[in-house]
Amino acid sequence: MNDSSAIAETSSGLHPVTAARLRRGRRGDVLFRWATQTFAWLVLLVLGAIIVVLFRGGWPAFEHFGAHFFVSSSWNPVTGDYGAASSILGTLVTSAIAIVLAVPISFGIALFVTEIAPRWLRRPIGIAVELLAGIPSIIYGIWGLFIFAPWFADDVQPLLSNTLGKIPWIGQLFQGPPIGLGWAVAGFILTIMIIPFIAAVMRDVFEVVPVTLKESAYAMGSTRWEVARKVVLPYTRIGVIGGIMLGLGRALGETMAVTFVVGNAHDLHLSLFMPGNTIASSIANEFTEADTLMHRSALIALGLILFAITFIVLALAKWMLVRMERAQGESA
Amino acid sequence: MRVSRIWGALAGAGVALTIGAAAHAGGVNRITGAGSSFAYPLYSAWADQYSKQTGVQLNYQSIGSGGGIRQIEAGTVDFGASDAPLKEAELKKQGLVQFPAAMGGVIPTIHVPGVKPGQMVLSGKVLADIFMGKITKWNDPAIKKLNPGLNLPDLHITVVHRSDGSGTTYIFTNYLAKVSPQWKAKLGFGKAVQWPSSGNVGGKGNEGVAAYVDRIKGAIGYNEYAYVLKNKMNYADMINKAGHRVGPTAKNFAAAAANADWAHAPGYYLMLTDQPGADSWPITGATFVLVHANPKNPAQVKAVLKFFDWGFKDGQKIAGSLDYIAMPMSVVKMIQKTWQDQVKHNGRPVWQAD
Repeated sequence: MNDSSAIAETSSGLHPVTAARLRRGRRGDVLFRWATQTFAWLVLLVLGAIIVVLFRGGWPAFEHFGAHFFVSSSWNPVTGDYGAASSILGTLVTSAIAIVLAVPISFGIALFVTEIAPRWLRRPIGIAVELLAGIPSIIYGIWGLFIFAPWFADDVQPLLSNTLGKIPWIGQLFQGPPIGLGWAVAGFILTIMIIPFIAAVMRDVFEVVPVTLKESAYAMGSTRWEVARKVVLPYTRIGVIGGIMLGLGRALGETMAVTFVVGNAHDLHLSLFMPGNTIASSIANEFTEADTLMHRSALIALGLILFAITFIVLALAKWMLVRMERAQGESA
Repeated sequence: MRVSRIWGALAGAGVALTIGAAAHAGGVNRITGAGSSFAYPLYSAWADQYSKQTGVQLNYQSIGSGGGIRQIEAGTVDFGASDAPLKEAELKKQGLVQFPAAMGGVIPTIHVPGVKPGQMVLSGKVLADIFMGKITKWNDPAIKKLNPGLNLPDLHITVVHRSDGSGTTYIFTNYLAKVSPQWKAKLGFGKAVQWPSSGNVGGKGNEGVAAYVDRIKGAIGYNEYAYVLKNKMNYADMINKAGHRVGPTAKNFAAAAANADWAHAPGYYLMLTDQPGADSWPITGATFVLVHANPKNPAQVKAVLKFFDWGFKDGQKIAGSLDYIAMPMSVVKMIQKTWQDQVKHNGRPVWQAD
């Protein structure tokens, strides 16, 4: 505002044509500001509208079942008794598997591409990662069901059941019929799907680390791992966490690929090899045929819960960043 | 002389009616419907032929029975299609008229190594016990007793069911509830139920169940007959109410359908499962059409009724070629009477079949 009035004052003494052009320019500025502002508000408006609609749609289920909705795994359309526990747990478990596996792998890919790989190899690998990100999720689902799941069921699962499955307590995680459909396979497919996202972001932020910083570290006699751990990672942590959150967001909401391989059973259990479901796949499976008010409301309530989970995850990430920055400030 | 005059008058009235009808229907060149995915192949084949003959096109959204019921209640389509019939009270409440359009069978599909299609036979009770998770191995004594000649493997049974709500599930669980009191008490029947056995798998759509049964060794699922044929799936024969072993054939579906007492079913609410008769396939069902009893758009509904009338008469061959069972002519006569009596605009029938 101050800037434009300053221009107005100086323009009064200028040649009329120049002054007119400046005025026009100022009008354009105002218009541009309004347009961008409207777009920005539109985002908030849409977000608010989504929350309102989800809340109103899900209210009958929340009101009718209360807290029971969050802890019950009952899902019975005949009697109209619904609980979200199996869907919530499935969503969290499959996304957790995906993140735990995808983050180190993506880190390795990004580090190799930016630090270790010879120059001629960097571009092909970079492009391949970006192409992977562009593959539609349904393709991953089909591949998961027809190629990955059979292989996993026949070759990997018996092996894991006979080794890890024998350990007391955690053994039950790895017990189950060898059918290749369940949380574990869904988590693996999600891993493959989110690696390109996380790896691409990590590579981009690793590339902006100033060469002088790295060279100085090398000059001090640091190994590659030490440079990555103590120079590259601290310098890029905001970008890295952003990339991980992007991947986690995709994993939480992924629908089609998960629906193919998760088994789609409203079943509460502790085994990674047993069929389960996720919030997104439950909605995708049942929404078209949900013709009672309570069934539809329960599904919309699931949608609201997914919304809340995503929000909490983002908030946690932000909080972590703020804490890290403060810790950094204190140590410096 | 007198007789011929009456005939003349009648003929004249008939011509007038036909012209009136033609002029009226002339305004309608597109009807809309939504619902049952089971009936979709049939309706689209009918519509293709029908539009060639009459120029009237059908715009059908195969969104599932539940969606079809919702859309006709909201009045966004000219007719709804559902595999699960509505009860008469529900019809009255919503101001809808229901009639069956075609029939078909649901088949238990299996994946047991060493067993060829139709070699295994199951009874209703054993089938219910398998889907309840009470029988968990293929070499269970109950299955062995029914199949003394088969070499059954010591293999875990994986139950595959529909993950979406479905008319197929409605027909299948309706059958299980009829033959197993325990199933009825614990689960009931519906377009989706709370599947009890742990470790069961849900597939989306007939395709999904077919894919999982094909994929998983030791699986058992249930599919529409058309999918079983098309995908050459492995299936089991059934023991019907009369105690006979029957295979899933068009002839046996028709036998079950012939038993159906449509005349005494208010609102055509009738399940064709577990019908008597030596040849009756026990898991047979019909797919239904819903229209408004007092439509706001009588011309559209009239075009809908004409379309289904054509389907019943000229579309029988198409139905047969797609492995559906056409409604018998005696039932078609009843349906025509229902249209005349119940689908009215300003107190007059929307359309009268000839």
